[in-house]
Amino acid sequence: MKARVTVTLKTGVLDPQGKAIEGALRSLGVEGVDSVRQGKVFDIELGSADRSKAEAALTNACEKLLANTVVENYRVEIL
Amino acid sequence: MNAAVLLFPGINRENDVARALQQATGKRPPIVWHAEHDLPKGTDLVVVPGGFSYGDYLRCGAIAGRANIMDAVRAHAARGGLVLGICNGFQILCESGLLPGVLMRNANLKFVCREQHLRVERTDTPFAGKYAKGQVIKVCIAHGEGNYIADAETLKRLEGEGRVAFRYCDEAGKVGGAANPNGSLNDIAGIYSEKLNVLGMMPHPENLIDALIGGIDGRGLFDSLAGFSASFAA
Repeated sequence: MKARVTVTLKTGVLDPQGKAIEGALRSLGVEGVDSVRQGKVFDIELGSADRSKAEAALTNACEKLLANTVVENYRVEIL
Repeated sequence: MNAAVLLFPGINRENDVARALQQATGKRPPIVWHAEHDLPKGTDLVVVPGGFSYGDYLRCGAIAGRANIMDAVRAHAARGGLVLGICNGFQILCESGLLPGVLMRNANLKFVCREQHLRVERTDTPFAGKYAKGQVIKVCIAHGEGNYIADAETLKRLEGEGRVAFRYCDEAGKVGGAANPNGSLNDIAGIYSEKLNVLGMMPHPENLIDALIGGIDGRGLFDSLAGFSASFAA
C-alpha cells in the first residue's frame, strides 16, 4: 500500500522561504501568483493491506515525528 | 557540579562546550552518545551542544529530539536536573518537548554568524547568577534557524512567568530593531522551562570564554552553573 503525507505550515506562521519563492516566481515573469507557502511531501510504502491500520500508523508517525504540530498541519492520504 | 555533554551525529560544538565547562568546573565533562539510555551517575547538568544534528534533516533538532538519550534527559529534567541547550541544542530541546515553541528559518533567510549583544533578563537562576540583571553581554551567534516562534498564549505565559532568559539587543542594551538577527518574537534569544531548570538559547556563550579570542562574557553562564550546588541524582 502506498500513502502520501503532506505537511504544511499553519495559517499565520510566517514562511520566509515561501515568500522568497513567491518573489522569484514574480521576477521570472510567472503571472497570477498571489502567494506561495512551502511544505513537505512524504511518499511512504506500507506492508499492511489494512487501510484503517495504515492510516492510524501514519497519523502516529505525523504526531511523533513528521510534523511539528506547534507550527505545522498534516494530511494523510492512502493512494 | 557534574556536567555531561550529549553527542548526536552532526553535532560539532561538543568540544567547545566541554572546554568552557572544564574551565568553570575544573572537570572535563563526559561526552554521552545519543544511543545510550542512561546519563552518567550523578549528572547534575546535561548540555546539548550546537551543530547540525542529522544534517538538520526533516526539521532542525527533530530527529535528535527523539533519540534514546532524550528519555533520560526528560526524566532528569522532571527531577529538577539542569539542562542547557545551545543553538542546535535549543532546537533539540524544543523538538523534544522540554521547551515550548519552535525555531524557524531566520526571517531574512540568511545564516548569521557574528558577535551579538544580549540583555540578561533575570539572574535568580542556576544559569545566570554571576551576571547582573539587565547586563549587556557580548557572545556569538551562528545559525540559520533561530527565529523563535510560539503561539500567542505560550508567548504570553513565557513573558508573564518571566521565562525569557536573554533578549537580542545592541551594544547599549537597546532591545530589538536591527539588533534582532533572526526575527524572533519579542527578541527572544533564550528561554527557561517552567521550573527554570532548563535553558535553551541560540547564542554561543561557550565561544566567548577567552580574552584571546574576542572576550569572556560567556564565562558568567558556566561560572554560574559551576557555583550552583544541588543534587539531582537519580
